[in-house]
Amino acid sequence: MSEKKKETCLVMSQEKIAEGIYSLWIQTEMIADEAKPGQFVSVYSADKSRMLPRPISICEIDKEKRALRLVYRVAGKGTEEFSHLKEGDSVDVMGPLGNGFPLERAKDRRVFLMGGGIGVPPMVETAKELEAEKIIIAGYRDELFLNKELEENGNLYIATEDGSCGTKGNVLNAIAANRLKADVIFACGPTPMLRAIKAYALENGIECWISMEEKMACGIGACLACVCKSKEVDAHSHVNNKRICKDGPVFLCTEVEL
Amino acid sequence: MNMKVNLAGVELANPVMTASGTFGSGAEYAEYVDLNRLGAVVTKGVAHVAWPGNPTPRIAETSSGMINAIGLQNPGIEVFCKRDIPYLQQFDTKIIVNVCGHAPEEYLAVVERLAEEDIDMMEINISCPNVNADFLAFGQDPKHVEELTKEIKKVAKQPVIMKLTPNVTSIVEIAKAAEAGGADALSLINTLTGMKIDVNRRTFAVANKTGGLSGPAIRPVAVRMVYQVAQAVSLPIIGMGGITCAEDALEFILAGATAVSVGTANFHNPRTTLDVIEGIEAYMKRNHIEDIHELIGAVR
Repeated sequence: MSEKKKETCLVMSQEKIAEGIYSLWIQTEMIADEAKPGQFVSVYSADKSRMLPRPISICEIDKEKRALRLVYRVAGKGTEEFSHLKEGDSVDVMGPLGNGFPLERAKDRRVFLMGGGIGVPPMVETAKELEAEKIIIAGYRDELFLNKELEENGNLYIATEDGSCGTKGNVLNAIAANRLKADVIFACGPTPMLRAIKAYALENGIECWISMEEKMACGIGACLACVCKSKEVDAHSHVNNKRICKDGPVFLCTEVEL
Repeated sequence: MNMKVNLAGVELANPVMTASGTFGSGAEYAEYVDLNRLGAVVTKGVAHVAWPGNPTPRIAETSSGMINAIGLQNPGIEVFCKRDIPYLQQFDTKIIVNVCGHAPEEYLAVVERLAEEDIDMMEINISCPNVNADFLAFGQDPKHVEELTKEIKKVAKQPVIMKLTPNVTSIVEIAKAAEAGGADALSLINTLTGMKIDVNRRTFAVANKTGGLSGPAIRPVAVRMVYQVAQAVSLPIIGMGGITCAEDALEFILAGATAVSVGTANFHNPRTTLDVIEGIEAYMKRNHIEDIHELIGAVR
């Protein structure tokens, strides 16, 4: 019952794949074996003055090598520290955490996999494992990353804010420009993007699952730091709050208020 | 070697417990920690009805600590009694229920409801800095503390621990007031009121503007307060504030704490409580200490 623990993982490789975006492969004991697309891990700083873990989404899972690929953006001192990890180093990680995307809801259907910015990485493993008609829509500010991996696993459409590649604008502009249609949506990205996707899904009657983000402390559902507003009174909290780390990070868009 | 301690008539297998608000009611942590090994589980604060808590962001990391303004989100005492107490009763550990409220009648409603329940102790949170300003003044005023303690003792069926705020001029005065009101034990310290500003967003890091500072950053303040209170009152003290390892816990014990709580460090490593227990055992072996009571308050 109490067998889960924080693991000390071996860094297999790390590279910078875009400005401020890093790709880290780590070898785990158990985490990769249990991991599913859309879940995340807690990554701990070696500097003990930074006590809280950084929640980072899982980009790829290699069960054979018990390895995980984490693609993250340097956003502060903790992730800056991670960006210096190199082959042979170790890093403390706990997980897998959260629920992940409900792949069974999209099986054999037409699905949009929509990622925006640092919400793109979880779409890679999701696309790899999902057996469906996959239409992948990736939104970037300017510089692309992970587009090669996405291309290999579905029909990729790109949107860039500066128009340097694909549709100029956001992921919804790319849907309109290419007249794309879907039965189910899996999305991850910044809140304004998720809000717009939810509105689009409601208008078009599409089942839509979104992966959310908030500042976290425990990462396992105990501290109630990372809540989001829920439409109905939640069965666990008994108020209109759901825990993103434990009940999510993936929610049916109609369950949550954005 | 004896690790057992007695807190107001309740015998704990060891002096290590969880700090309220960092451990839920144990269910999430049970996947990582064998709850049977803990001296006690102190649950997250529960009020007479469900509280939704504060807007997000509710937390921010600071150097060697964090600021939180969760706002005591809780499901209310009825759900707690039906779900969380039976859950904890499966384990061979003591159950200490933390009680919160906005006003005396709200505390009393919870304390009365708990009288029917098979729990070991209750800890009264008169010190959370995140709920409202009028209320905070309450835990900071010795007269109010004494009165509330008296009222609670009239209806409580289990020993009452008063959890004190460090946000006062003299914590000794507040501790004496709780003792005069009939408290059975004291917990100290709760968080220190703090603020963090996010210079990139140019706003407060937590939505509540202020929050409670916890973690190793506050430990020297907490150890000092435990020492001062231990010299001034005869009640057993549960020491807490930035404990991350056995050495930290031993500081509190040597300063006069009968038991200790691990809080923020659970977020850094969910197994911290077990590391602390094992570390205290190792320290006692290394130093040929037969009974933990040789250490409690040994530094004067």
